[in-house]
Formats: sequence, C-alpha cells, structure tokens
Amino acid sequence: MKGDWTKVIKPKKGLWDVDLKSVWNYRDLLMMYVKRDVVVVYKQTILGPLWFLIQPVFTTIMYMFVFGGLAGISTDGIPHAVFYLAGILLWNYFTACFDASSNVFLNNQNVFGKVYFPRLVVPLSGLISNLLKLLIQLLLFVVVYLYYVCNGADLNVTPVILLFPYLVLLIAIFSMSWGLLVSSWTTKYRDLKLLVQFGIQLFMYATPVVYPLSSAEGVYKTVLLMNPLSPIFECFRFGVSGVGCFEFEMLIYPTLSALFFLLLSVVVFSKTERSFMDTI
Amino acid sequence: MMVMERKDIVVKFENVGKQYRLGVVGTGTLSHDLNRWFQTSVLRKEDPYLKVGESNDRTKKGLSDYVWALKDINFEVEKGDVLGIVGRNGAGKSTLLKLLSNVTVPTVGEIKIKGRIASLLEVGTGFHPELTGRENIFMNGSIMGMTKKEIKRKLDEIVDFAGVERYLDTPTKRYSSGMTVRLGFAIAAFLEPEILVVDEVLAVGDAEFQKKAIGKMQDVAKGEGRTVLFVSHNMASVKSLCNKGVILQNGTVAETGDIEYIVGRYLDSLSDESGVDLFDRKQREGTNDAKFVKIETISSGKASNTVVMGKDVKFRVEVESKCAFEDVDLYLGVYTGTGIQVLNSNIYYTTGVKGSLEKGLNVFESSFETFPLQRGVYYITLALYSSDKKLDRVERATSFHVEPDDIFGTGMIMKDDAGLFVLPNKMVKIK
Repeated sequence: MKGDWTKVIKPKKGLWDVDLKSVWNYRDLLMMYVKRDVVVVYKQTILGPLWFLIQPVFTTIMYMFVFGGLAGISTDGIPHAVFYLAGILLWNYFTACFDASSNVFLNNQNVFGKVYFPRLVVPLSGLISNLLKLLIQLLLFVVVYLYYVCNGADLNVTPVILLFPYLVLLIAIFSMSWGLLVSSWTTKYRDLKLLVQFGIQLFMYATPVVYPLSSAEGVYKTVLLMNPLSPIFECFRFGVSGVGCFEFEMLIYPTLSALFFLLLSVVVFSKTERSFMDTI
Repeated sequence: MMVMERKDIVVKFENVGKQYRLGVVGTGTLSHDLNRWFQTSVLRKEDPYLKVGESNDRTKKGLSDYVWALKDINFEVEKGDVLGIVGRNGAGKSTLLKLLSNVTVPTVGEIKIKGRIASLLEVGTGFHPELTGRENIFMNGSIMGMTKKEIKRKLDEIVDFAGVERYLDTPTKRYSSGMTVRLGFAIAAFLEPEILVVDEVLAVGDAEFQKKAIGKMQDVAKGEGRTVLFVSHNMASVKSLCNKGVILQNGTVAETGDIEYIVGRYLDSLSDESGVDLFDRKQREGTNDAKFVKIETISSGKASNTVVMGKDVKFRVEVESKCAFEDVDLYLGVYTGTGIQVLNSNIYYTTGVKGSLEKGLNVFESSFETFPLQRGVYYITLALYSSDKKLDRVERATSFHVEPDDIFGTGMIMKDDAGLFVLPNKMVKIK
C-alpha cells in the first residue's frame, strides 16, 4: 500500500527536482495573476490604459532632447523618435520583467507564508502581463514608424524583423532569470537589493539603448558585446531600419547565455522557494 | 489480488523536526552557511548545526542559537478523522501547520499526504483590495488550487454562504472586515479538498458566522468523509468538532488519543499552574499601593484549575500592601471566554461591611458551596478599591475549567449548550 502518497514533504530534494508540471496545473492562477497585474494598475485612474502609451512617448521626447539634441549622439541616420522609441520599448520590457521577478519573495511573503502554490507562477505572470503592455506599445511604434516612412525617411524593413518574437523571448529569459537569482539571494542577504536598485539604472548605459553599437569602437565595442543584451537591441533596430552593425552570429552568444542563466536561476529559485519563509 | 483490511491513512508524520535559528539573520549567517557547506559538501560530515539545537522552551535561556521548534513528530491521521491539535502558545502548533501546508519544509523527517490538501492559516489569502468580490473569489480560489471551471460551478454557493451578493462587484477594500472574513472562509470551505487544515480563523466574525463555520466544517468531516486538522485554543470548539486529538508540548507530541481524553489531559496540564503568580503581571490598573500577588483556585479542598460542576470551590487571593488601608473592597468577577460576566463576589455585598488591609501580606477567600456554572473555561478579573480609590485591577488574572458532573443523580451529563448555569431543579408532570 506504500507509494500512493500524492505528496511527500521532505527536507532535501535533488538539485534538478524542479516542479514544472505543477506550474502547468496552476495555469488558471497564472492567468488570474496576469489579469490582476493589468487591471489593478490603472484602477481609479482617468486615463486608464492610455498610461501604457504616455510613459514611452514622454521618455522618447526627453531622450530626443537630451541625447539627440544636447549631446548630439549619433543614431545611425535613423529618425530620432524611431531610434529611441525602439530602444525604450525593449528596455522597458526588460526592466519591468526584472522588477517583477526580483521582488517575488519580498513582495509576496504574506501570501507565500500562508499557502503553497508553485512560486514560479508569479514571475511568469509578470512576463506575460508586461508582454501585453509591450504589444500595445508596439502599436504606437508602428504608428510613429509609418509617419516617418510617409514623410520620406530612409527606413527599410529587413527580413531580420521576423526574429522579433525571438528577441522578446530572449529578453524575457534574461530579465526573469536575473530577477529570480536576485530574489532568491535577497531573501537572506538584503545587500543585493540595494546594489540592484541603482545597478539596473547604470546597466542601461552599458546597453545600446540611447546610442547605436556602431558608435563604439575597439575595446568599448568588445565590452559592449560582452553584454548579452546588446546584440538583441541592435538586431531589432537593424530589422526595422536596415542600418546598424548586425550579423546573425551575434545572436549565438545571447542564446547560449540565456539558456545558462535560465537553468541556473530555476534551480536556485526552486531551492529557495522551499524554505525562504524561515529566513526572509 | 490481496485484499488488506487496514486503516486508510491520509496524513503521516515521520520523525519530523524543524529547526530555527534564533536572533537576527545576517550576523554570522554567511559564516555559518560557509561552514555548513564546507562540512557537508567537502568533508561529507553531518551538518554541524543540526546537532546543537535545543528543545523549544521559551522560558529558559538556551545555550545555542539554534532551536528545535518541532522535534521527533510522529503521528498518523486517518481518512474522515477530525483531529484537534492543542497546546500552549509556542508549543509548535503554527510550525506544524506551516509544514503541513508546505509553506516551509521540515529540517528532518517526512510528511506524507494523500489527496488534495487546503490550508486555512488565514482567510482571504491573496485578496487584492482593488479587485471586486467576484474577481477575488477567482483569485483566492485559484491560489488554493481550484481551476476556473470549479470556481464557476461553486460561485453561487460561495456567494450565498458568505452573504455578499449585493457587494459582489464592489472592490473588497470597501468591504467590512466581517464580510471579508466570511467571503474568505466560504471560498476555502467550498474548495472540497480531501484534507482541510484550519488554524484559529474562527476567532473572527460574529457568533452567527462562527456557528455557521463550525457547522460547515462538521459537514465537511462527517457528511463528506473528508479529513480536517484543526488548531485552536478554544476547548469547547475543539471538543464539539473533533473526534481525535494531539497535544503538543515544547515542540514534541506529548499525547495522542480520543478528543475527550486529550482535552482532559490538556486541561490537567494547565492546572499544574492552579496558583497564578500575579506579582510580575504588567497589565494592571490603579495606584498599585496595594496589589494582587497571587490567586489560587481550590476545588473540593484541592488546589486545581479544574473545578467540578456543583461542588464547592474557593478562590484564594493574596494582596500585598505598602501601608494599611480602611474601607477596602475586593471584587472577584467570573467571565466567560467571550467576556460576559457570570458571577460576582465582593466583600461589601456578601458580608455587609467593608474590609481593611494591613501593611504586608493579606489573604482573602471567596467561597462557593455549590458551583453553578456549566462546563467550559472561565476567567477571573480582580479589582481592589479603598474608599473610591482604585488600588489595583487585573483582568484575566487566572482561568479555570469546569468539568461536568451528574448533579441530578440520573447518570446523565447535560450538554454544553444547555445554558450557562446548572442549578438543582426538577421537571415533573403535575397534572
């Protein structure tokens, strides 16, 4: 009669014992979290979902003023609005997802302390709800893009743009896995949280968001290419404009490191989720 | 195929232990972590910090930073059982529930579970104040592991049980706290888990709702053959709901058995403290020029916190005074757990004159020849006045438990809910 237990709670599981099946069983909860994330933010606001668009528009205008106007940083000949908006959309998606997953344990300790469900549901829901935002913002991008094309800007769509879903997937993986690592370690040591808070702001300047990769040369370019996000941003811009230094080989490094971080973070996260309530 | 006649065990604790580190996490944590990693992974030795833990006795200052909140826990729960888990504060009840809900994992041992388990450590877990009642039902239900379809099927019943139909599409931040609790309980109760784990959530909500909640849990256990694990300090609800019990003491299982036996043993263990030292009690009112230092319950000539219904009871109160006082009156009030005063004893009304206090120790005694209260737990509040000056007042100075007895000599014992008092009387046909 042994062996028919539905659940055994014990101290140590194997390193690779990651319960992905139960995440699937809780897919309804995943969708509830997505819905909650999207609905709650703009409750009791007048403009509602318009806020999804207002923020990138104003950021773009600001960047056009500071980086394009005052600093005069090159945009590879791409119209400033298109160049910055493209960077901002991807970067916002990255930081939003990173925020969602890096605070999983701290923000949800109340719920996590009372009831068990696969904790991965929460960061995954962050990826999905932010993806919805990204899609809405993408419409804005298309409008701006078409406006410049109609006004005779030299923009050529290349087939590389078909890689866009893959680029978003890579960003999602990086943001979630880095976020999960941070969230796992912050349950015990809060230092990391403080480091990450300003680190992520600085990290934007180590990524070609406000400047093209082509403006960096020599050792600067090597350093920039060590950042796995760099080729992703460059690839997206190349896809919509046909300008920029992009080759397909550049995506190999981000792909491999994304896989590495994904495995590492899921293992660390699964280890942490079992007993973080004792240390948080 | 061999047919085996055996009990259907749905929850099994095997040598379960849970160790916590005391003090602030951070200082020394990293060095302990590194040492632990070095010992277990490099030297392949035992975890050095697992050995040093001490049993969980809050009152003694331990030698080690590590403490066993639970140790060597072994017991089984059969299908359809309603198990009451009792124990004093800090005995390890909450830790046990946390392990059972898989919120954290044991340090050693295993807990085996058969069937879907739902825990109600708190009602309304995950309620978001901005979401409407309806949205929160779906949110909370899915946190507990229900699918959208199941929730849809149960929605009407949940809403009906909670009585929130009018507010269903209003954000829960506009709900009264009672409504929130009712809604939270209703969701969990209609979840239909095979095993339901309930903490003292019933301490909230009004009396009507508590009754409804207990009734629902009884249905779950008896009618639907599910298993319930119930943690409470309220012996009356434990007794009325459970059929088996476990006493936890300092993180170990002290005793298991039928609920009548367990509640009796638990109350006995409390009555070791029949004399309560009030000298150090911080929560008190008045000038404290004279103060209560001790109260003792004496039942049939024996110091005990268990009083037998209809027998004689004395409450002995010791007062220490800084100087002599005249015109003194001492009040002793007996209250139910819900705060209703049921008896009063004071010097002036019972003797016709006021008393006095001398410098030093004074002892008073309030005696009842036949104690008239129903079975249950009662609390005593003491107050001391001189003229109009309040010298001291201590709420819930002590508690005692009334055990039922066959006071009508019929061989029967009255039910709990047959009023507050038991007085000699007779009901006969006269015509």
